[in-house]
Amino acid sequence: MTDSDDLTKTTTATDTAAAPAAIAEPVADGGAAPTAFLEVRDLKVHFPTDDGVVKSVDGLSFKLEKGKTLGIVGESGSGKSVTSLAVMGLHRASRQQRSKVRMSGEIWLDGQELIGADPDDVRRLRGREMAMIFQDPLSALHPFYTVGQQIVEAYRVHHDVDKKTARKRAIEMLDRVGIPQPDKRVDDHPHQFSGGMRQRAMIAMALVNNPELLIADEPTTALDVTVQAQILDLIRDLQKEFGSAVVIITHDLGVVAELADDLLVMYGGRCVERGPADKVFYEPQHPYTWGLLGSMPRIDREQTDRLIPVKGSPPSLINVPSGCAFNPRCPYADIPKDNLTRTVRPELRQVDNGGTPANEGVAGGGGHFSACHMSQEERERIWTEEIAPKL
Amino acid sequence: MTETTDEKTTGIAEAAPAAAPLLKVRGLVRHFPITKGLLKRQVGAVQAVDGIDFDVYPGETLGVVGESGCGKSTMGRLITRLDEPTGGSIEFEGRDITHLSTGGMRPMRRDVQMIFQDPYGSLNPRHTIGGIVGTPFRLQNVEPEGGVKKEVQRLLELVGLSPEHYNRYPHEFSGGQRQRIGIARALALKPKLVVADEPVSALDVSIQAQVVNLMDDLQEELGLTYVIIAHDLSVIRHVSDRIAVMYLGKIVELADRTSLYEAPMHPYTKALLSAVPVPDPKRRTERDRILLKGDVPSPINPPSGCRFRTRCWKATEVCATTEPPLVALRTGHQVACHHPENAPDQAPEDTPGKVSKTAPK
Repeated sequence: MTDSDDLTKTTTATDTAAAPAAIAEPVADGGAAPTAFLEVRDLKVHFPTDDGVVKSVDGLSFKLEKGKTLGIVGESGSGKSVTSLAVMGLHRASRQQRSKVRMSGEIWLDGQELIGADPDDVRRLRGREMAMIFQDPLSALHPFYTVGQQIVEAYRVHHDVDKKTARKRAIEMLDRVGIPQPDKRVDDHPHQFSGGMRQRAMIAMALVNNPELLIADEPTTALDVTVQAQILDLIRDLQKEFGSAVVIITHDLGVVAELADDLLVMYGGRCVERGPADKVFYEPQHPYTWGLLGSMPRIDREQTDRLIPVKGSPPSLINVPSGCAFNPRCPYADIPKDNLTRTVRPELRQVDNGGTPANEGVAGGGGHFSACHMSQEERERIWTEEIAPKL
Repeated sequence: MTETTDEKTTGIAEAAPAAAPLLKVRGLVRHFPITKGLLKRQVGAVQAVDGIDFDVYPGETLGVVGESGCGKSTMGRLITRLDEPTGGSIEFEGRDITHLSTGGMRPMRRDVQMIFQDPYGSLNPRHTIGGIVGTPFRLQNVEPEGGVKKEVQRLLELVGLSPEHYNRYPHEFSGGQRQRIGIARALALKPKLVVADEPVSALDVSIQAQVVNLMDDLQEELGLTYVIIAHDLSVIRHVSDRIAVMYLGKIVELADRTSLYEAPMHPYTKALLSAVPVPDPKRRTERDRILLKGDVPSPINPPSGCRFRTRCWKATEVCATTEPPLVALRTGHQVACHHPENAPDQAPEDTPGKVSKTAPK
């Protein structure tokens, strides 16, 4: 714990968050040994700025087992990417960097806590145990070095082998991700690759050390649909082959429907709904999820009606609305009594288990959770009667 | 939506029995020269748009889809005459505008407007919203009823903004609001044709739906004709009456919405549709996805014959030698393919397997 200003373990006083959720969670917290491969508990990532504190992630918890895929969906500014960078330990990559980020909570990877860990230890894990695929392969690859050199470097950082062996490994990986003539293309520079090939090269680099956790942040957003289909297939095949845990972050519900076992919907830095993909798609329990589903034009059917957009725009993360962050845009904000939606932040409650609070013990264990003040009967009625028929 | 389409078609039939197209494009070509050396000798050309024909009828929405580099944006810039065609002709309301000068085009600009993709790049940060939306009136010397300010405020209200926004600057607005400002500017002079190049691709899903609905409403209210260029096949399906699919500078299929999505004829269209991820987890196992091998060939040196043949699983010898023409195989469904799906084979004597299959370079 050298740079203690970087890791304020104490929760920054968030008065609005002092709702039941904040009280319920520490009970289950208490440093209990994690049961899942990746476990994130009450993660908070705040950035102090001149205009105020940007609460990019404000109390997020989830679990992920090996061989499973978690999809994180949300709009821009909902905290998806900040979460992935936090797991990778990239918010405070170097000791020298006086970054002002304030992080709290716990991230457990394979029994090791990462937020309080020494940055050097995290660096040893990064690339070997966990790897990341970024959205824009052209800016994530170094233009000066050949693709081969960059993969070789990633391999040799973690493996004590000579260049020849590493090069062989690089060619093998390029072949595995479907680059034609890998023994020749290994000496190409990134600009000589097409967009899809660059993304493949980046996947090869991420997988060269057989990481057990792969985080893909919008891996196909910059690609054409036909190439996107190739890359999604590749990620699926590689996951089967290596049995790794995959977190896929995207704004495209189609992409997560293809890949994810579990789904986490983020809004304003918090999780509003989480559960098995089928549940979230077919029995969504949060008005924001309904909004996302209603906003999306469908390719698989002729639409007779207009789209049902969410009114307004996403909230500012400096000044998140009090109570439920979604309340200014929610058409049902007035249903719960006593102006509850505007005063009390709703906690994440299990839907398929009589509404028990989502304490850390059960979170992510296959249950379906939603953070909404409306009663479950109310939500089910609105979904089946008002929303579902129009989709 | 099908009902509205029916209404539209009948409406056109009544208004103009001959169904005179608003925009008529024939053999449109745009090659960007590649030069080399001190003398700028031309050594080749990027064949961005290479001979396309289509009509746009009043009141309809023509969607143009294709992957990046297929020439759809170049096509959009050509029909709005922001770029000079290398060949072919563009007729707007029966008048040839292919090679009009900037001055000659100016009166036409009232009738043809464009909505751009990037709501950040397309608004001048140093001008107020009032100034931006009012510019078309000044440029065209139009004095709207009640004055420019009043008209601009009416337009802002029309696109769902507040008239009080008149004196604000673009940075004070979100992406979705900026796109609305761009739409207000495009509609200022009551154009007949609006060309929108990726109007919603820079926006978040929930905002995307707001803008799509707005464009829908405005079309109904003002009787607009749209050409919407986009890469998102779901958005295109939602907004278009007819759809043109482009590949490497050519239109490979042109059909009305239902027949294109329900029974695509061109193998490329079929592959493209099958590649789109469907937001329905149960269907991920049911669908048989056609995975295209490799990448789109370079438009500098496109394949001979049919341009899709290098990636096509049905390609035969005739595909390499003869370019398939864009012909109507069913009413309102044109396709350029020797071996179409959902239709009789156009070259039955040429059996598959004669040519080594789909060897992409």
